[in-house]
Amino acid sequence: MIKEQVKPAILIFIILTVITGIVYPLFVTGVSKALFPKKAEGSLIYRDGKAVGSSLIGQPFDDPKYLWGRISATSPAQYNASSSSGSNIGPSNPALVDEIKGRIKALQAADPGNKAPIPVDLVTSSSSGLDPHISLAAADYQVPRIARLSGLPEETVRGIVKQHTYGRFLGLIGEPVVNVLEVNLALDGYKNK
Amino acid sequence: MSWNDLIQSVIFLGVLLLLVKPLGTYMARIYEGKPAGVNVWLGPLERGIYRLSGADPEREMSWKTYTAAVMLFNIIGLIVVYGLQRLQAHLPLNSMSMAAVSPDLSFNTAVSFATNTNWQSYGGETTLSYFTQMLGLTVQNFVSAATGMAVLIAFIRGFIRKQAETIGNFWVDLVRSTLYILIPLSLILALLLVSQGVVQTFNPSAKVALLQPTQNADGKPVTEQVLALGPAASQIAIKQLGTNGGGFFNVNSAHPFENPTPLSNFLEVISILVISAALCYTFGYMVRDKRQGWALLAAMLIIFIPCLWICVHFEQIGNPAFDRLGIDRKAAASQPGGNMEGKEARFGIASSAIWATATTAASNGSVNSMHDSYMPLGGLVPMWLMQLGEVIFGGVGSGLYGMLAFVIVAVFIAGLMIGRTPEYLGKKIESFEMKMAALILLIPHMCVLIGTALAVVLPKAKAAIFNPGAHGFSEVLYAFTSAGNNNGSAFAGLGTNTFFYNIALGLAMFFSRYWLIIPTLAIAGSLSRKKIVPATQGTLPTHTPLFIVFLVMVVLIVGALTFFPAMALGPIVEHLMLYAGQ
Repeated sequence: MIKEQVKPAILIFIILTVITGIVYPLFVTGVSKALFPKKAEGSLIYRDGKAVGSSLIGQPFDDPKYLWGRISATSPAQYNASSSSGSNIGPSNPALVDEIKGRIKALQAADPGNKAPIPVDLVTSSSSGLDPHISLAAADYQVPRIARLSGLPEETVRGIVKQHTYGRFLGLIGEPVVNVLEVNLALDGYKNK
Repeated sequence: MSWNDLIQSVIFLGVLLLLVKPLGTYMARIYEGKPAGVNVWLGPLERGIYRLSGADPEREMSWKTYTAAVMLFNIIGLIVVYGLQRLQAHLPLNSMSMAAVSPDLSFNTAVSFATNTNWQSYGGETTLSYFTQMLGLTVQNFVSAATGMAVLIAFIRGFIRKQAETIGNFWVDLVRSTLYILIPLSLILALLLVSQGVVQTFNPSAKVALLQPTQNADGKPVTEQVLALGPAASQIAIKQLGTNGGGFFNVNSAHPFENPTPLSNFLEVISILVISAALCYTFGYMVRDKRQGWALLAAMLIIFIPCLWICVHFEQIGNPAFDRLGIDRKAAASQPGGNMEGKEARFGIASSAIWATATTAASNGSVNSMHDSYMPLGGLVPMWLMQLGEVIFGGVGSGLYGMLAFVIVAVFIAGLMIGRTPEYLGKKIESFEMKMAALILLIPHMCVLIGTALAVVLPKAKAAIFNPGAHGFSEVLYAFTSAGNNNGSAFAGLGTNTFFYNIALGLAMFFSRYWLIIPTLAIAGSLSRKKIVPATQGTLPTHTPLFIVFLVMVVLIVGALTFFPAMALGPIVEHLMLYAGQ
């Protein structure tokens, strides 16, 4: 009973391995390369022929003249895109309050006059440690600081933020967000003009 | 709950339900061998596979032969995935020079993928070569899902057949599930995902310059970012559709390269539930009484929808410990608010909590937010959905055969109450079926509770706990709940890549998969031998609202009674302490 099933078991395993493990991924790769070459290879952003980032992967920013992103829990450095990780800190863990207090201190040190309440996504860790986005509120909170330190009018900074804002899908699904790296690249580009 | 939370959950449920009938009909036609498009076109390939392998598609199997075929096929898979990990350093497509994986981790990962659990003790981009991911994990994503679907179809045949000795041919069910259902759906989904930015390439990691150089933990300067890439989209598509859930990257579907946009997230979260939901319709179609399928789907939704809203509710309220810190966590047009620790900005609260509920109702286990950082009661919902035995949608195939085991228990209890021999779909439910159904219900519970108890007693296992206090206990309970119900999601703070957890969780996954498949097929064999008793006035109808509610109660009572004490020690006490400001 079992014996006569051994041969089909082995052979069907091999055939399905070839179909699902080789033909299927290669086919998807080929079609992706033809249809979406940029996206299939990581949505890289190029400046003067040099890759300066991916529009899907965040980078660390703590210079007050730049827009800051989410807290990243990757190691050994923040936003390590070859070792994604969340903080995994539980809601009752004292480390959570410490982390948030540290971030509030840093934000206030960078912008002492700003007394507005801080949007929650700006003081919490993202899930991937690579979140490229922040909420519109978190960007708004930082606009006056960036304008002051970069010498650009607030309107200009707001315009740049707006250009790199992505809405909900069909206005309903997901959350509207601002792409931090794209804004900062645009800020640099604007000044160099 | 904000308006947007409500709208997003209603759209999600609406789209899911719209897909049930077309996909359910398609799958039923595939299994019944009726022409349904793809199977006409790919028919020669299917027949070629049988010819090459020497499997005779016309020859039906007894339940024992069917079980032997399932086990043989799965054990081969286990051995191959184990071997690939141990040998990956010597195999091609290892552009990042990954070393051999340790024996205990290889064992854990092999069991994890063969059993359709996809628990991740490994970190995708830091442990496995592209070769291992493709020929090991992607293959198991397909065939473990197809195994679950095949067993379900064999089980359904137990209800259809009259005085028959056989329940179908495993090779035919396996090949058809893979070729006609999983591959076409995965192809479509994979390409849609790439269009959103999910990576699909054999290039090694990309290097980019950081705009603002930074420092690592040792104070050394870091000027470039290394972006892990890979053939991710093809694997992610099947990981969602096949309720597998093992990520290409460490943080799974929270990684922007696995799930870059709200649309990719929506497509993936629908894919998590769609086959399991549609199989309810397939069941109704195949037993020639569609009401029976809708009744099971209704029972699942009655439990699922409140759980979904409870989870969204607590995540949207957020953490009371933040109150004193001057933080704005109120939902508005410009921000999601709520508990954003461990969540991605593009998903916010609604898309994260919907996912958490869906991925644990189904035995998928992929995550787009870190469940360990959920509010205590927000995290209780996913844990409890798994503890119900993964029957609220559940794994593809396995969810529905688990639910049918509950149905057998429910008609038995109802039979005792009204003093009649219990029947379901004209088949008499007798002591053999009840014994097997009881095994199906109890084995996962045993794995969860014994495993958790062991882990909190052994010092080495306790050392892996990351968060202090009650939450630490929740981490352990969640781990065994997840492995013991073949889910695969985690409270990921728990450091489970240790000898104890790799072996203990590996065994829990093994028992709760195969020790359920065997009694399931035994019931199928026993039922197929029985006559079909015509319905009379005294027959308990099993499609009425009364029976649906009764079935829901049976599922809830078994789940609640077994796990309430453990839950009280973990999330419930944590919730009370958090609100008491301790």
